Amino acid sequence: MTPRFLLEISAFIAVIAALALLPLFASPYGITLMIGMLGYVALAIGWALFSGPTRYVSLATVAFFGIGAYTCAVFSEVLAYPLLLLVAGLIGLGVALVVGLATLRLAGVYFVIFTFGLAELIRQLVTWYEVNITGTLGRYIFLPVTPEGIYWQLLALTAAAFAMSWAISRSRLGLALKVIGEDEVVASHSGIDIARVKLGLFALSAVIMTLVGAIQAPRWTYVEPSIAFNPTVSFLTLIMALLGGANRLMGPILGAVPLFLLFEWLSANFPNHYSIILGLIFITIVFVLPNGVLDFIEKGWARRLPVAKPAEVHK
Amino acid sequence: MLVTAVLSGLVLGGTYALLAMGLTLQYGIARIMNLAYGELIIVAAFLSYALFTYAGISPVWALLIALPGGFVLGYAIYGLLMAPLVRRARNAASLEIDSILTTFGLLFVIQGLLLVTFGANFTSYSYLNDAVQIFGTRLAANRLLALVLAVVLGAAIYLVLTRTLWGTALRAVAVAPGSAPLVGIDVERAARMAFALGGALAAAGGVVISMYQTFTATSGVVFTMKALIIVIMGGVGNILGALSAGLLLGLAETMVATYVDPGLTLATTYGLFLAVLLWRPTGLFGRAVR
Repeated sequence: MTPRFLLEISAFIAVIAALALLPLFASPYGITLMIGMLGYVALAIGWALFSGPTRYVSLATVAFFGIGAYTCAVFSEVLAYPLLLLVAGLIGLGVALVVGLATLRLAGVYFVIFTFGLAELIRQLVTWYEVNITGTLGRYIFLPVTPEGIYWQLLALTAAAFAMSWAISRSRLGLALKVIGEDEVVASHSGIDIARVKLGLFALSAVIMTLVGAIQAPRWTYVEPSIAFNPTVSFLTLIMALLGGANRLMGPILGAVPLFLLFEWLSANFPNHYSIILGLIFITIVFVLPNGVLDFIEKGWARRLPVAKPAEVHK
Repeated sequence: MLVTAVLSGLVLGGTYALLAMGLTLQYGIARIMNLAYGELIIVAAFLSYALFTYAGISPVWALLIALPGGFVLGYAIYGLLMAPLVRRARNAASLEIDSILTTFGLLFVIQGLLLVTFGANFTSYSYLNDAVQIFGTRLAANRLLALVLAVVLGAAIYLVLTRTLWGTALRAVAVAPGSAPLVGIDVERAARMAFALGGALAAAGGVVISMYQTFTATSGVVFTMKALIIVIMGGVGNILGALSAGLLLGLAETMVATYVDPGLTLATTYGLFLAVLLWRPTGLFGRAVR
């Protein structure tokens, strides 16, 4: 273990510990804000875990998020709380495996459209089922979970997701993923089992998203399909991960935090112009920061450094 | 009951086919997946609504404004947003992702502008809403007119593409973008034209749809999805494929709504689409456009 590695680990633990102590000082509004932010950070990390290296633009985020939330709502009176999260995670895993097996050979725009269609299909089916079979559209969730409890769970999930994406980026799996992202033909020729790697990552990222939905669900008290499966969640996650840079460890966090605060402020102050601004941000990111803000900053530094060095030599 | 269902299915399918033709031109020739396509449709629908409600101008005349308007809008979108991306792109995959994200942004911008201008309410207007007796069943005259307009416009586009030199050049780019320059075709110009033509068809489709359906500022996404489903089912760039798949989807939706459950029409659409994507991602009728 190098000193740098130890430093990084202790910094990570210190940050998590500091964040864990936050609810002792923060106001109820602060906790609500932090829950929303952590939720998006976890979603963005989960999204980037799969989509960053493979470059598959997925809009299925809300499908898994919604499955988590809905599982929580449906079983909230039958199952004990920890079991509830486990069941939600398992359902998310099951759906991800089925969908992954069927779709990961689709590429590019087909995958984008498929994942968007999947989320809409699930929403339509849940709506239809609730209206025609159970007879009610909405469900109430009464669970003995405090906002602090939700916050700590989300923090633990986010920390675990971050640690996983760090571990993967340093492992053979991470290397395999990078090769797949660069060139699938080369990857398969070097003996990488492309389908298995992609499927595993897709499932892992889906479980994280499902858990975010399941953990956050008690905050709403009332859920219906249009809330749980709101496609905006997919769009926001996508744009957050892209802004920070989906290929960087810190990228999703650096994208999610400022954008979450921005959108929170926008929806409070400019509710009518929300989607115009969202769209303009999308376009700006593609044109100005195609590889994310981290990459942009590093390239900026790299451009400046060679100028600085010769000056030092002359001294 | 069956005749009514088949007739309304054909009306719906005809409009869908018209919408899908525009998208298949944009995606097949310009190679840009325009996710804001449905927003163009809704803009035209609102234009037609506003002209009819506030100025008493009939939707048939609105078409004369919508067609060139859509053309100019499509031309401008390609020139301002897409062309820089095409020039910057290192390969087809990165262009695809960039264009998807940009048109996504455009989708939100247009949707937001519509929401601010017209609000989020369901909108419709009553034009030629009298029943006409046809094949022993009654059909609203506006639906019949919609079908006729879709057929006329679709046939016109088909003839332009297959019978003129200009159309042949466009199809050449769709089939072999790499070889087209060898015979003196300006590929970028062809792409711009195809994108603009697609915009014109979207606008025309929007006017036609607004005559017999209610719409909201946010229903563009549904139309984009439906057009996409038809394009992929018919085979990308395949005009006749789009026509047949459009009619098929219209019929399938009406049948499900009539005989199963109206609440399941959208689910049918997506289910059908997912099935086609998995079973035959190249489309039911293949990709070729000869």
